[in-house]
Parts: sequence; C-alpha cells; structure tokens
Amino acid sequence: MHEWALAEAAVAAASEAAEKEHLKEIAEVRIRIGQLQQIDNEIFKFALEQLKTGKFKQARFKVKTVKATLKCRVCGNKWSFDRKNLDQNMVEAIHFVPEIAHTYIKCPKCGSPDFDILEGRGVWLESIRGAK
Amino acid sequence: MSDPRTSIIDERLRNVRSIIAVSGGKGGVGKSLFSSTLALILAESGRKTGLFDLDFTSPSTNLILGIQDAKPAEDKGIIPPKVHGLEYMSIVYYSGDRAAPLRGVDISNALIELLAVTIWDDLDFLILDMPPGISDATLDLMRLIKKIEFLIITTPSQLAFETVKKLTNLLSAQNLPIMGIVENMKTGNSQNIREQACKLNLRYLGQIPYDQQIENAIGNPAKLLNTKLAKATKQITQRMLHTRKTDLAN
Repeated sequence: MHEWALAEAAVAAASEAAEKEHLKEIAEVRIRIGQLQQIDNEIFKFALEQLKTGKFKQARFKVKTVKATLKCRVCGNKWSFDRKNLDQNMVEAIHFVPEIAHTYIKCPKCGSPDFDILEGRGVWLESIRGAK
Repeated sequence: MSDPRTSIIDERLRNVRSIIAVSGGKGGVGKSLFSSTLALILAESGRKTGLFDLDFTSPSTNLILGIQDAKPAEDKGIIPPKVHGLEYMSIVYYSGDRAAPLRGVDISNALIELLAVTIWDDLDFLILDMPPGISDATLDLMRLIKKIEFLIITTPSQLAFETVKKLTNLLSAQNLPIMGIVENMKTGNSQNIREQACKLNLRYLGQIPYDQQIENAIGNPAKLLNTKLAKATKQITQRMLHTRKTDLAN
C-alpha cells in the first residue's frame, strides 16, 4: 500500500494546483507514473478515488505509465527496464526506492552501474482541468 | 508538470516536533556516530525519537547500532521499525550490503521519495544523519523541510572547520537555524574551534574527546552508551535541551 502514500501526494499537489488556478470544481487530473516505480495501478487508482473530496468529488483521475528508459554513461547504450531479470527482493526494493535500480541493474552491454534514467521514474502531476 | 511528492512532505512530518540535521560538510568528522548516540540518549531520556540515515551512498548508522533484521512495515506508506527504542529509517533496508552508486539527481530523487512515503509516528525528535558535502541532500532538506534545524559537527582540524565556515555562511544567508557546533575527536586543550565558533556567532555546544575504544562499541548500543563519546554527548544533549527551553521561554 505504498501506492496510497503516492496517491496522497498526487491529491495534495492537485489541490495546490487547483488553489493556484482558482478552480472551484475539478473535472480531470492527469498523472504520469514512471514504470520504475512499479506501482500497482489498480491500487493507486482505488486510493485516488478514496482520497478525492471537496472540489475533487467529481474529478476523473487519468493515470499514464511511462516506460523506463536507461542510458549507460560509460558506453552510451540505451535499454528499457525489464523486471524479469530481477528476483522478487530486488523488484520490491526498486518499487520502494526506484533509485535502488543502480544497486541491482547493470548496463546489459558493458556491465556498468553508472546509467541515467532518461524517463520512467517518479510521479508527475501532468495537468488539472476544472471550472473557475 | 510538477512533482507531487514534495507536496506531502510537510504532512508526513506534521507530528514531528523537532528535526535536527547533524551536518558538518567534511566526511569522517563523526556525524554518524554522534547522530546515533544523540538519538539513543534522547530515546533513553523518554523522548520519542527517530533516526533517519541520509547518507545513501555510505550508510553506517545501521552498523553503529547493530541493526540486522529490522524491516519497515507497509501500511499506506512505509512505517519505520522501532529498534533500540528509536524509529529507524535507512536506505540499507533496500540496498542491503551492496553499493548504491547514486549521482546527485538520484540522491535527490531517493530523498524526496523516502520523505514522501515514510510515515513517522508522533515524535519529539527526528535526527537526520547527513551525508558529507554541501550538495543535493543539504540543498533538498533546506528547501523541503520547513522546521529543520542544523547541528554542526567538526573536528579540531582547521581543514574541517573551513568547511563548517562555508556551511554556516550558506545556512545563515538562508536564515536557517543552527543549534550550535560540537567539536569531536578532541585531543589537546586548544580553544581554537571554540573561539572561531564564537566569531561566527555559533553556539559552542561542547567537545567530545577522541576515544580509542569507540571501535569496540560499534554494533552494540549498550556499550556505545558507556563510552566517553556518549558521556560527552549526554552533556551536549542537556545543554542543547536547556538552550531550547530558554529560547522557547524568550
């Protein structure tokens, strides 16, 4: 239920954005989630539904997962994150702290742990739409 | 697009009355030993205390406290386990004894993630064991934790104190509270650090003698609390708490 904590963060950020834009009723909130977070989308959406109150009562939450792309700083190789080469403990560790990927994942070409996560990590509030 | 995780950090720390970042700039000045001992002393005195090891690339408070099998629980976030009377959080729960080779942006992201999802209980004190350097972790905490206070630790070495000066300038320019300075690994009677702290308007909280026996206490909190380091840290803690009481009264 670590998803719940991230859903709370998303609702808090959406409330701040609604306040800033003087929105009285929110129709839609778009959220992007990096694949590296390995969020259970069903639990995340359930949490969002449970947490929406007040001006968010009628809001629809749209959640999009962004595939994780990694790029080796040593050899320049680009590759996609794939959990199938990792054991359950590693997958769980990355789920809680995605940067721990640097502990368990190596460049498939040169074996370096020094890579950039080009996209597909973190949670982002993409947009918010509603009536003023 | 904005990162929603930063919006929930205040809420996560709402029930923590005092957040103390044990900082020093330089590595090897004893931040982790002092943080661990300070946290144990506060907990022993009946204060609800948490310890969060923020040295993600070289965590060591788990070794100092001899923590091996503890794991956080999961319930609408991550609940730090209680170890030796402390709520204890560290990246080692996830990295184990493997290296976590993180660059600045990764350290920043991991810090924000853990601050956003860790559910601390009602605490009197949360002690943050800071990594060396004045970079991502320091800057993020300055930005993200409104009620943070800094406690600076140095050795008698001028080399360590030069970094303290830079850190003090940075924090003071941002109007961030500095509780004071602790002089660790003291060997002689020099008043140099005390005098320089005074010039910087830093409260000199006390000194900790160099303790050759400290290695024997690593991994054993009961032994640690019987060291010269712990004895000096107790006096420093009393001074710190007394100062705080006086500040509150004024």
